Amino acid sequence: MIKAEQVSKHFGKVKAVDGISFEVQEQENLILLGTSGCGKTTTLKMINRLIEPTSGNIFINGKNITDEKPEILRRSIGYVLQNNGLFPHYTVAENIAIVPQLLKWDKKRTEKRAAELMEKLHLSASYLNVYPNELSGGQQQRIGLARALISDPPVLLMDEPFGALDNVTRANIHKEFKALDELKRKTIIMVTHDVQEAFELGNRICLMDEGKIVQSGTPADLLFKPANKFVEDFLKDQRLQLEFKTVCLTDIWSLLPNQHHKIDALTLSADTSLWAALESFRFSNAETIHFSKEDKEVKTIDFEQLMSAFNQYKNKQA
Amino acid sequence: MNERQQTLFEFMQQQADKLAVQTLQHIGLTFISLFIAVLIGLPLGILIARKKQLSSSVLGVAGILQTIPSIALLGFMIPLLGIGAKPAIVALLLYALLPIIRNTYTGITGVDAAVKEAATAMGMSKWQILFKAELPLAMPVILAGIRTATVINVGVATLASYIAAGGLGEFIFGGISLNNTNMILAGAIPAALLAIIFDFLLSRVQKLNFKKIRRGTYAMPVLLILLSSFYFIPSAYGGKLTAGFTPEFMGRQDGNLGLESKYGLKIHTIVISDAVMYKAAYEKQLDVISGYSTDGRLKAYDLVVLNDDKGIFPPYYAAPIVREDALKKFPQLEKTLNMLSGKINDAVMTDLNYRTDYLHQSPERVAKDFLVANKLWQPSREGNAGIIRIGSKIFGEQYILTNMYSMLIKGYTNYDVSSKTGLGGTKICFDALTNNQIDFYPEYTGTGLLAILQPAAGTISEVTKNKDSTYSYVQREFKKRYQIKWLKPIGFNNAYALMMRAQQAKNLNIKTISNLKRYLNSK
Ligand SMILES: Nc1ncnc2c1ncn2[C@@H]1O[C@H](COP(=O)(O)OP(=O)(O)OP(=O)(O)O)[C@@H](O)[C@H]1O
Ligand SMILES: [Mg+2]
Repeated sequence: MIKAEQVSKHFGKVKAVDGISFEVQEQENLILLGTSGCGKTTTLKMINRLIEPTSGNIFINGKNITDEKPEILRRSIGYVLQNNGLFPHYTVAENIAIVPQLLKWDKKRTEKRAAELMEKLHLSASYLNVYPNELSGGQQQRIGLARALISDPPVLLMDEPFGALDNVTRANIHKEFKALDELKRKTIIMVTHDVQEAFELGNRICLMDEGKIVQSGTPADLLFKPANKFVEDFLKDQRLQLEFKTVCLTDIWSLLPNQHHKIDALTLSADTSLWAALESFRFSNAETIHFSKEDKEVKTIDFEQLMSAFNQYKNKQA
Repeated sequence: MNERQQTLFEFMQQQADKLAVQTLQHIGLTFISLFIAVLIGLPLGILIARKKQLSSSVLGVAGILQTIPSIALLGFMIPLLGIGAKPAIVALLLYALLPIIRNTYTGITGVDAAVKEAATAMGMSKWQILFKAELPLAMPVILAGIRTATVINVGVATLASYIAAGGLGEFIFGGISLNNTNMILAGAIPAALLAIIFDFLLSRVQKLNFKKIRRGTYAMPVLLILLSSFYFIPSAYGGKLTAGFTPEFMGRQDGNLGLESKYGLKIHTIVISDAVMYKAAYEKQLDVISGYSTDGRLKAYDLVVLNDDKGIFPPYYAAPIVREDALKKFPQLEKTLNMLSGKINDAVMTDLNYRTDYLHQSPERVAKDFLVANKLWQPSREGNAGIIRIGSKIFGEQYILTNMYSMLIKGYTNYDVSSKTGLGGTKICFDALTNNQIDFYPEYTGTGLLAILQPAAGTISEVTKNKDSTYSYVQREFKKRYQIKWLKPIGFNNAYALMMRAQQAKNLNIKTISNLKRYLNSK
């Protein structure tokens, strides 16, 4: 749906972005990951033309973005900034209503949609009439998201949307983010330098360095088939946790023993991550857990069997 | 005359009409210029916030404009725009420009970059960003600039009366030249109150919350226009000829009041400063002016004096007036000052004034040339037997005279001299003399009589019959009341006079003030 071809942006001698190409499928969530200053923000801003590329082309739905007036283009692309960029002189309701106003929606429609989003984002409707500075950072972040989502744009660009939050709040928002139906049908490009976040929220990850894409692929690709030493090093610190979080039971299904004991135990879906499964063993103090694949096949597995299947899987990947 | 006992309140009551007109004019002047300054300054501020490379030059020029002294700026305006409202408004608006441009620029560039980026990214156009985000967020800062500009304008607008644009300056400067404290206060107090009130009101506007400001933004221009229109309410006048009189002349019995009562002269009059009056007459912006009969500009601008056939202008013979204790302290002084006595008649004085005012020779040079020509000049003795302090009012003739006195004292005595020239009007000079800040200054018999002694009307008409009776009256009274001595008259009579352009006076066949009245009354 979004396609970048040999896009570069040079600021004087600085090659902020240096000939990158990537493609994002519809409803996919692409993460731009990389160290500070590697050109993530610049790349993102070229998509809604806040920055014009020095060379190269970007297409959305096969149409070159330069063919459209930037204002019109931007109204179909939601944009969430790191420090939210809410209008301090507008109430929450007015902030959310900016894009509908530009699109000349009638008031009723805007209000209904705003109320719907507030509920989905777990924000009390009473916040609608307060000013942003009366809200916490996390709440402001959500208002920023609501503002970007109100007109239901097919594309959403997010620049470190959760960067300013503490770890606990961030973990909660990640959960909500994944559960939000609004986001499931969107094509999202999200910038982050937080590896955990990238692996948790991304369908695919572009790892960037010095304006170039070093590797682009699924989280599992990056983990188990790193393109070079840079990728390996980048993930080294949190490798084990990332592996557990990335691998699902379905990935190692064939490596699990085919057994089903009719005992009283916890049942989990097979598409949970290995990390979640391990946590369940720990927190429920269970010897064994039933895993059911699409409600058809059930396997009863203990901790040892799970770890051995995972090790076999890893060896196969390498 | 019991004018001295009159309280300020009585004065204000008595002059309520004038006071109201002047106050309205003052408010009007302030806000017309403010309105135009906002119309120019706001877009300019926005422009330089967009094109930052222009900012330093625009702010620089506006900054320089603000450092020009107000009187000088008003002076520059006259050749370009004449006299009256136009140059006053332009000068005021130039002063108001800097705070408005600067605060608009600061306000807009200070808007959070994230907010601007968000606005752009949501698909707002440049104008939408300006009106929906940048201006509302910069508004408190912009309002602070407008507030500063308003207070500046209320102050500078007092000077508008110098160039016939009206306002409370008419009372203030009239009062200073007439030695009338009530009149000064009647202008100064309302002017100060206006500054305080507008400052307070604008500070309230500034403190309104963001939401109200958005609505207030629309109310502001309406309010500005409304206040501006005050200026035009009182000025529905017109006439055959236009007279320009100084604030001092306006308030004097031997000035406009006498013209009205003795001659019954009714002429469309505007108030203007002496500094620009002659030129304005020359440039046909004024037809009749109140000048001094020895003024050099009379010669320079080809004006003629109308004969005062009913004798309302009392004699104004010049003589040095000295504190008696100074005469005792400096025994040589009286003799030295009297050396000039009888040496300068009207024609000579007019010529000396012409040299400084029109040929732009320095007063020192003119003084020295004169003394040399009359064989009075001697090189300075560089004496140090005490310092004599000479004062002078703020006009050319007095500078010439003080220079002559200074040279005579240095040449013929062992005293040294310190000059305190430019002491404003009569009141300032006279107060400096009585308070022992100067030892003597040249004064005029008519001024001494009317501005300082202020005797009853009967006494005035009696003693002004001829020049000697005036002189002996002021000499006697000054000695009695102030222990100040009038030395011998210098010779010339620098009296008030009505003047017109020579050509026009000839065409209309006007030679006397009565002729003028007849012409004005004819259809
Ligand atoms: N307007 C600009 N002018 C000059 N150089 C710029 C500009 N914007 C970005 N750069 C440079 O381009 C490079 C990439 O910047 P960019 O903002 O895209 O980095 P980033 O990956 O988003 O970093 P971060 O994680 O710190 O936000 C940096 O070296 C930066 O200094
Ligand atoms: Mg960035």
